[in-house]
Amino acid sequence: MSGGRALGPARAIVFFGVLAALPSFDLAHWAMNMLVFTLMFAVMSSAWNLLGGFAGYPSLGHVAFFGIGAYAEVLWFAHHPISSGYEPFWLLPLVGIGVGLVGLPIAALAMRTRADVFAIVTITLLFVVQTLAFNLRGVTGGAQGASIAAAPFPAATYERPFYYVLTVLLAFAMGLTWLGMRSKVGLSLAAVRADEDKAAGIGVRVQTVKLLAFCVSVGLTGMVGAVWAYYEGFIYPQFAVDPLITVAIVLMTFLGGRATLWGPVIGAFILELAQQYLAYSLGGSKFYLIAYALVFLVVIVALPRGIVPSIQDRLRQRRRRRVVDAR
Amino acid sequence: VHALVQGIILGVLTAGVYALMASGQSLIFGVMRVVNMAQGAMVILGAYLSYQLFASLGIDPFLALPITTAVMFGVGVGVQLLFLRPLRADDRSQLSVLATFAVALLIEGVMTVIWNTTDRSINTGYANASWTVFGYQITLVRLWAFLLSLVALGLLYLILNRTRFGRAVRASVQNPESARLLGVEADRVAAFGYGLGTATAAAAGSVYGMLYPFNPGSHYDLISRLLSIVLLGGLGSIGGAVVGALVISVSSAVVAAAVSPIWSQMTFFVVLLLVLVIRPRGLFGTTVRGGI
Repeated sequence: MSGGRALGPARAIVFFGVLAALPSFDLAHWAMNMLVFTLMFAVMSSAWNLLGGFAGYPSLGHVAFFGIGAYAEVLWFAHHPISSGYEPFWLLPLVGIGVGLVGLPIAALAMRTRADVFAIVTITLLFVVQTLAFNLRGVTGGAQGASIAAAPFPAATYERPFYYVLTVLLAFAMGLTWLGMRSKVGLSLAAVRADEDKAAGIGVRVQTVKLLAFCVSVGLTGMVGAVWAYYEGFIYPQFAVDPLITVAIVLMTFLGGRATLWGPVIGAFILELAQQYLAYSLGGSKFYLIAYALVFLVVIVALPRGIVPSIQDRLRQRRRRRVVDAR
Repeated sequence: VHALVQGIILGVLTAGVYALMASGQSLIFGVMRVVNMAQGAMVILGAYLSYQLFASLGIDPFLALPITTAVMFGVGVGVQLLFLRPLRADDRSQLSVLATFAVALLIEGVMTVIWNTTDRSINTGYANASWTVFGYQITLVRLWAFLLSLVALGLLYLILNRTRFGRAVRASVQNPESARLLGVEADRVAAFGYGLGTATAAAAGSVYGMLYPFNPGSHYDLISRLLSIVLLGGLGSIGGAVVGALVISVSSAVVAAAVSPIWSQMTFFVVLLLVLVIRPRGLFGTTVRGGI
């Protein structure tokens, strides 16, 4: 850890420097498209990590808020004309705050339960939102879907604005995580994760910090939903509230390492690229789902702590050995 | 009023099937502290098995039950040994939710490869036969399904209360440490328990396949309902699962009859919401270690 402190900012600068430079290499459309989706998942995993990793509340319903964000974006511009292609992006902070506020009462209710029961409650939430998206036809258009005017960006560099916006969102999410890890909030969350009752007993403001973690987490997820909706142009209930997205987010965080800054991002980059490759080479849905489920199971069974914590352990051991050798 | 009473009858008859699925779910939770996200997929897999036996060998789904339950018992034991036993103990409750979700996806994938995504249904010769009692329709299949569910629940009760294995299961539910000290092999009980819960799902699946059309993705629908039922009844309580199934099934049938079928799905969640507000432990839930 001590060596990591100096390395931390350097790592971040290199990572975001590379991200910012990538589009100028004139990548093919499929590559940019893949990166856009990878960034979406990196932001969402980082957001999930705030709640599922740091607070120890494994939500399986995050995609519900993704869907709410997506519909919020689309419905807003169904009633307001778009003056420029960038305007939908300016709505993002509002979407984030709105979705976070929607999450507040839900969090207050769902967080009466813990651990595995919380997972159940949140997954039912997912199905509630999906059912609503299907049934409230007057608002959401039901199974016919809803649409937003296509972005008027030049075709050659169509993906770039989305790419940059998502990069900014990722920096924001990671910045929040970094701040959280260094502040009292992070400590409180760690206490909640370890033993909530004891934490409350010694005066940690349990209720406040866990509601905060939930709202920030789902707010970020909602913002990604809004970007996704604008990127796709057309949204349907089964894709806007897809259980597989939830699973992917959770899996990425587990793969990379829960409650770490870089874990979710690494997990997202590995898995989303692997997923796109699997989907591409295994031809659509048939064997793809099996391959995906097997990867999932291998990660859970063989690498339950994730990549980053495992590497940290390895490094720590080596350092310890070096100290012993030096004697 | 007629539609309402008809709805209630339908709800009660359907409750049997849900009670069967949910009791397996509750058993698995009781034995292993595992929230089994794969139960819905197991039900659908059971439905496909009995569909295949009926379609290619002409075996009546009711008569095929010994085969399907035995096969699915094996599947359940296999899943437990391969994917659940290796999980690290200190994180088991979280990891098992994810692992069983992955198992559900795996089963969905396998079913998609074998049977495609088109809707299937098991159409026996008596599928549309029905009796009319006092002006109310009772479909024969639903009645049979209901009776079969009762029999299966009775069997489950007997296994848990009259056999050595059942005693071992109940002992591990009540107090895992003492059970182990008294010579109960926790690993074997867990594997058998998961197998038994899965076999229950298979039995429910054959019935489900006769009542509703199904496809590989149907398990999402089922698992959300099942989880609501189990949470309502109280995790780990089989009696609670039966009562929960009855409450939820009847209320959603009534909503379907009185309001609109598209909102009946929501009844599950509204009931669940009320439970969370009023009594988070569920109706018959004991205080669950580390759970609620």
